[in-house]
Amino acid sequence: MWKSRIDEKPTASNSPQPPAPAAPASTTYQPRTVETPKMESYRADVAHIGKSVIIKGELSGSEDLYLDGEVEGNIDLHDHNLVIGPNGKVRANVSAREVTVHGKVDGNVTGVEKVELKKSAVLAGDISTQRIVIEDGAFFKGAIDIRKAEVKTPPITSYGSSSSSTLLGEDS
Amino acid sequence: MGFFRNLIGGDDASPRPSARKLPRVERYSTGFEQFTHAIREPEGLNILDLGPTSPANIEYITGLGHRAVNEDVLSAACSGRYLAPGEEEGTTIVDVAGFLAAELQYPEESFDAVILWDVCDYLPEPLVKPVVERVRRITRHRGVLLAFFHAREAATPEAETHYCRYHIRNHRLLELEPGKPYPLQRTFQNRHVENLFRDYASIKFFLGKENIREVLLLR
Repeated sequence: MWKSRIDEKPTASNSPQPPAPAAPASTTYQPRTVETPKMESYRADVAHIGKSVIIKGELSGSEDLYLDGEVEGNIDLHDHNLVIGPNGKVRANVSAREVTVHGKVDGNVTGVEKVELKKSAVLAGDISTQRIVIEDGAFFKGAIDIRKAEVKTPPITSYGSSSSSTLLGEDS
Repeated sequence: MGFFRNLIGGDDASPRPSARKLPRVERYSTGFEQFTHAIREPEGLNILDLGPTSPANIEYITGLGHRAVNEDVLSAACSGRYLAPGEEEGTTIVDVAGFLAAELQYPEESFDAVILWDVCDYLPEPLVKPVVERVRRITRHRGVLLAFFHAREAATPEAETHYCRYHIRNHRLLELEPGKPYPLQRTFQNRHVENLFRDYASIKFFLGKENIREVLLLR
């Protein structure tokens, strides 16, 4: 009644088998990746202000900046990015292309393209930007103005030009 | 009201020892739906959110084309910064003047709409009326205010009175995330709410789920 079906028996096949994966030399220890606290990676071309540095006055530059110290005054990086590290304490108005805050800021923040408040961020001041990201846990007291991105349209020189005829063709 | 206050431990509004992890819940809110209807147009309104910072709320408000202003008034009130020594040794009182000098500092009639959530239920008693009065002053004439009140007292299950962060999901759906374990300080009856907001032009009550009364006020 409970005959085993011959065709389902596991049999060694004559067809070539893919080589079995080699057994690990040791099964007692498997190295695991340990998650380290995520810090904003900074590259060699990013200026770095360490946590023991205190600056009073105007801070401006034309390169990206990682700031982990204290600044009192103004920070203006024009078209470059600013990261305020977890030890960063800023009592200043801040302006940069993208601003990422891990630490404390007391002042208005203008991020032309983006402002990002990480979960450890404490920001008291107004934010003006195109895009904002706020992680859960971030403290924020102030106003947020979302600026609409400027749409750059190519100038149309004349109706007879090839570019304008292409545009008209797309519309119709 | 004093009875309820004594029931849950007097004026102490500091967070209780961490409670067990409560789940997030979603609920539809007629009050919020009406509030959204009131602020839908025109663009560029000033909206004040007095709850804890919520990315969802900021995204929703700015998505409507408005300016979002955020101030976690309860967190400031319960931070301990505004406690002063009382007359009797070893006692403390709430420094109302100090609180108002540092918090909710905006010019009169700055805001077109204010979301108070259920902050009044958790504020220390001496701050309730001053905060409501300050909120009225900074709201423009004909501006709207949305506030929630618990309809049951603190003896009800914790899940129904736990302080929550409100996240706006859409024009009528809110997500409640259990926040810091601030104790419910009191339960307002309808006439208490009417008295508290008697200087407003109109008041509308909605009975929500989980025994929450939602109140929409017109300045």
